[in-house]
Amino acid sequence: MSHPDKKRLRRSMMFLNCQKPALIKDPYIYQPDSIMLDLEDAVAENQKDAARFSLYHALREIDYRGVERVVRINGLDTPHWKEDIRVCVAGGADVIRIPKCTCGADVHTVERDVLAAEREFGREEGSTLLMAALESCYGVLNCLEICKASDRLIGVALSGGDYTRDLQTGITGTGVELTGARQHMIIAARAAGVQCFDTVFTNLGDMEGFRRETETIHMMGFDGKSLVNPRQIPIVHEIFTPKEKDIIFAEKVVQEIDSKKAQGIGVFTVDGKMIDIAFYDGAKRTLMLAKAAGVYGGNLV
Amino acid sequence: MEIKCTGVAGTMESSDAMVTIEQGSGGIQLQLSSPVIHRFGNHMRSVILETLDRLGVKDAVVTVVDKGALDCTLKARVEGAAFRAAQCSEEQIPWGGAVR
Repeated sequence: MSHPDKKRLRRSMMFLNCQKPALIKDPYIYQPDSIMLDLEDAVAENQKDAARFSLYHALREIDYRGVERVVRINGLDTPHWKEDIRVCVAGGADVIRIPKCTCGADVHTVERDVLAAEREFGREEGSTLLMAALESCYGVLNCLEICKASDRLIGVALSGGDYTRDLQTGITGTGVELTGARQHMIIAARAAGVQCFDTVFTNLGDMEGFRRETETIHMMGFDGKSLVNPRQIPIVHEIFTPKEKDIIFAEKVVQEIDSKKAQGIGVFTVDGKMIDIAFYDGAKRTLMLAKAAGVYGGNLV
Repeated sequence: MEIKCTGVAGTMESSDAMVTIEQGSGGIQLQLSSPVIHRFGNHMRSVILETLDRLGVKDAVVTVVDKGALDCTLKARVEGAAFRAAQCSEEQIPWGGAVR
């Protein structure tokens, strides 16, 4: 059976440097859905060992008040990732983010060590979830294989900086260089039944650009976005949380389809829009998202 | 745990602590400075000494410059410095055992 938190609400994932006590002591005050404690790029090469001690005690002793704790480990091409996995599992991290994931075998490699660590530290087998960051053309092309590689995998995340370097371009601010990867990843993720997360937006002086990009990836079907600053959280939540009119309409769609089905009617109108069974799952998803976000208290989901 | 060299962990940034552990003899010699030493000095001393005791550090000169670290940070920095001083900070750390 799948982990109960595999599909939890993940609109916002905020990166935090494990080496900075001031950052990791109370990020829950900003109310992100998830925090991403980073052992990889944010931590200097000669501080990897010290960052693990900070991470362990943060995971064990700080009450993050329901905020999901994701840890980004170092890449499989470094000497650090095995000890990173041990500390994540021992500390009780909710999710391990695999950086620079290129194929399903990378997920299997991490999964083997995670299972060994769960046995070593007496943690329930299967309780540590995984996600994969795709940072290369090869990784993006193998997205479906990666999404299907493990029952622990919650989803995939695009890492735009490294990906565009591999693509031999750069972040332009228009999003055109990321269009293909985003489209491919969301299709693959949905086909495999996992979530899909967008890359960070690092220009903190351009909040309008951030909003436009977030609206775009929301329309494309993404589940959420990686963030680098708490100021970005409310914008993402506003865009990814169903509006009141959408919730009311979704309720009507679900109720009408349920009642018309019993009467043998397949197609009808709600508020002037033609509705049939094809709208049912979408309406249910809107209500589930609204319930998870705390803006729907009804009992239709 | 045998102290083989000088081990340092932490920074002088706010909410952090800088911990230095050097070879010593005749027990633990602890020097602690903190902006809140009058209020939390005794508590911080016990956190540091208990952490060293769990790690089996018997003889060492320990210098802690606190910048407002929480207990979890203080423990992490003492452990980081001690494992570095024992030259075994990179792998097979006893998470949940001596480190807890």
